[in-house]
Amino acid sequence: MKNWKKGLSALVVAAMAMSLVAGCGGKGDNGGSSNDSNSESSSSGSETVIKIGGIGPTTGGAAIYGEAVKNGAELAVKEINEAGGINGIQVEFNFQDDENDAEKAVNAYNTLKDWGMQALLGTVTSAPCVAVGEVAMSDNMFLLTPSGTAVDCVQYDNAFRVCFSDPMQGLESAKYIGENKLAEKVAVIYDSSDVYSTGIYQAFAEEAPNQNLQLVATEAFTAESKTDFSVQLQKAKDAGAELVFLPFYYSEAALVLQQAAGIKYEPIFFGCDGMDGILAVDGFEADLAQDLMFLSPFTPTSEEEAIQTFVTDFQAAYGGTPNQFAADAYDGIYALKAAMERADVSADMSVSDICDALKTAMTEITIDGVTAKSLTWEANGEPSKEPMVVKIADGDYAVVE
Amino acid sequence: MSFISYLVNGISLGSVYAIIALGYTMVYGIAKMLNFAHGDVIMIGAYVVLTAMASAGVSPVVAVLLAVVFCTVLGMLIERVAYKPLRNAASPLAVLITAIGVSYLLQNVALLVFGANTKSFTSVVPIPPLVLAGGNLTISGETIMTIGACIVIMVGLTLFIQKSKAGQAMRAVSEDKGAAQLMGINVNGTIALTFAIGSALAAIAGVLLCSAYPTLTPYTGAMPGIKAFVAAVFGGIGSIPGAMIGGILLGVIEIFGKAYISSQMADAIVFGVLIVVLLVKPAGILGKNIQEKV
Repeated sequence: MKNWKKGLSALVVAAMAMSLVAGCGGKGDNGGSSNDSNSESSSSGSETVIKIGGIGPTTGGAAIYGEAVKNGAELAVKEINEAGGINGIQVEFNFQDDENDAEKAVNAYNTLKDWGMQALLGTVTSAPCVAVGEVAMSDNMFLLTPSGTAVDCVQYDNAFRVCFSDPMQGLESAKYIGENKLAEKVAVIYDSSDVYSTGIYQAFAEEAPNQNLQLVATEAFTAESKTDFSVQLQKAKDAGAELVFLPFYYSEAALVLQQAAGIKYEPIFFGCDGMDGILAVDGFEADLAQDLMFLSPFTPTSEEEAIQTFVTDFQAAYGGTPNQFAADAYDGIYALKAAMERADVSADMSVSDICDALKTAMTEITIDGVTAKSLTWEANGEPSKEPMVVKIADGDYAVVE
Repeated sequence: MSFISYLVNGISLGSVYAIIALGYTMVYGIAKMLNFAHGDVIMIGAYVVLTAMASAGVSPVVAVLLAVVFCTVLGMLIERVAYKPLRNAASPLAVLITAIGVSYLLQNVALLVFGANTKSFTSVVPIPPLVLAGGNLTISGETIMTIGACIVIMVGLTLFIQKSKAGQAMRAVSEDKGAAQLMGINVNGTIALTFAIGSALAAIAGVLLCSAYPTLTPYTGAMPGIKAFVAAVFGGIGSIPGAMIGGILLGVIEIFGKAYISSQMADAIVFGVLIVVLLVKPAGILGKNIQEKV
C-alpha cells in the first residue's frame, strides 16, 4: 500500500517537474540576455556579488549535519566578506533545506539556480548529492560537497569533495582497528538500503582480511525496518564479536546502543563520520555512548591555532562546539575562495565558464584548513588528508592518539 | 538460548503490530473502510506522551491517559470531518483517498508542530528487565509490558464485542448496516464509537512502540502502520482474533527471517509469506469467505 501512496505522489511530482522544466526553458533565454547586458554595464564588477548556493538537511533525521554545514559555511562567508571578498567581490550564500531527500534536493537545486547560483557547496548527505550531481553535471555547475562521502558524489569532473569517500572510510576503519589491535572478531551491521552505509561496509569487508580481522557476523537492515536491531545484535553477541562496526547515521546508532545495553552486550562500538552528532540527539543518554569510537577528520579539542580560532568564532556565533561537518563546510568555502582566486573568477562569468575554470584551479590549490593541513585535491575530486579517531568519554568527544 | 530470545523478540514486535492491527480491523469490520491514518494517530499519541512528560512534567501514567483521551478525540474528529460526509459517496475510493490525505496531513502537522528532528523517547514502562538462564536470556520490561497489554486488550475487546450492548450493535452494523438501522441501532454513533476505541488503542500502541524502540519522528507511525495493515489482512481483516494472530505471526516471521535466513531479506520474506498465505486462503487465516450475492 505504501507503493500506492508513492504512485500518487509520483504523479504529483511528475506534474510539478513538468512545470519546472517549462519554467527553466523560459528562464534560460532571459538568463542569456541578462548576462550579456551585465558584462556590458558592470565592467567594474564591484557592484555585483558571487552567489554560492548550499543544500543540506536542516530538518529531518540528518538535520544536525545540515545545520552544521550551514553555520560553518556562513561563518566562512562572513569572514571572507569582512576581509574584502573573493577577488574584491562580495560573496552571497544561500542555503536550502533538502530533508536528506534526493527529490527535495533537486528541487532545492532548481530554486538556487533561479536565484542565480554560480557554484554549489553541497549537498551535505550522500544520496541527495548523487542526485544533484547528475543535474549539476548537465548544467556544468561547479559542485563541492563538504560531506557527501559516496563514491558517486564526485563521479563527474565538475564535482569535488572536502570529506573522505566511503571506501576510504571503510579502508581506514579496518586499518585502524587492525593496527591498534582493538579486536580480532568483528561484526558489521549496515543499512543495505543506503549507498553511504553499503559503500563503507564493502571497503571494510575487503580490507578486513589484510588486517587479520575476522568478520564473524555481517548483518543488514533497511530504511523500512530500522527500529528493531535485536536480532542483529543477538547474532553478533552469539558469534562472539569483540567489536561491532556501525557504518551508518547517529539516529539509528542511538537505537543500536540502547538495544545493546538492553541485552547486556558490551563490545567496542566503532562508527564512521555519520556517528558524529550522536550526543546532540534530544534526550539521548550519553552513558550509552561511553567509549564509542568513530572516524573523524576534525576534532574541536585540537590545540592548533587555526582550529582554536574557528572553534571560538563558531561558538561565539552559534553556540555549541562545531562538529566535523561544520569544519568541512568551513574548509569548503575557503577552498572555493582559493580556487576562484586562482582562476580569477569574476561575478559576471557564466556558470559554465566558472565551472571550467574551477575544475583546473581546484587541482592547483593548497589550503591550510581546519580539517587538514596543506589540503590538496586530485582531478578525480578526492582530497588528500589523514583521518583521526575520536572516542566519547564522559559525554564528550576526545581524540585518540 | 538465542532461539528463545528471538522468539520473545518476535512476539514482542508482533504484539505491537497486533495492537495496531486491532484498530485497522475493527474499523474495517464495522465501517468497511481502510483507515490509513491509523499509523499516524499512533505517532500523535507518542508525541502527546513525550510532550506531557517532558514539558508539563506529569507522571507516565497520567501522560498515557492524556494520550488515550487525546487520540480518542482526534479519532472521532477525523471520522466526523473527513470520513462521515463520504460514507455514502458513489465510489468507495473517495474515502480511501481521504484516509491517505489525513495520513499526510497528520504527518505534516506533526512536522510543523514538533519539528522533524529525531526525539529520543523515554520508556514509560516501570518493569525491570527479566534475566533468565544465568544472564544468557534477557527479556526487557517493555517486552513483558507489550505482550501483557496485548493479551489484556484482546480479551477485553472480545468480551466487549460479544457481551455488551454497544458490542452487539457493532456486530449488527458490521453484518448489515441497513437492517441494523431499521432495528433502531444508531449506525453513526456506533461507527463513531468504533473510531474512538480504535484510536484509543492507537495511543496505547504508540506508547508501547516508542518505549520498545525509543526514537520518535513524524514518520514513526507510517511503517508500523503498514505492517500492521498487512498483519490485519494476514489474519483475516475484520476478525479480532485474526488481527492478533496475524500481528504476532508477522512479528515472529520477521525476526526469524532476519535471524535464520538473511537480515537483508527480512521484509522480502515477510511479504513473500503474505502472498503465499493469501494465495492459499484469500480471506486470511481467520477470515470468513463470504459470497457476495449479485
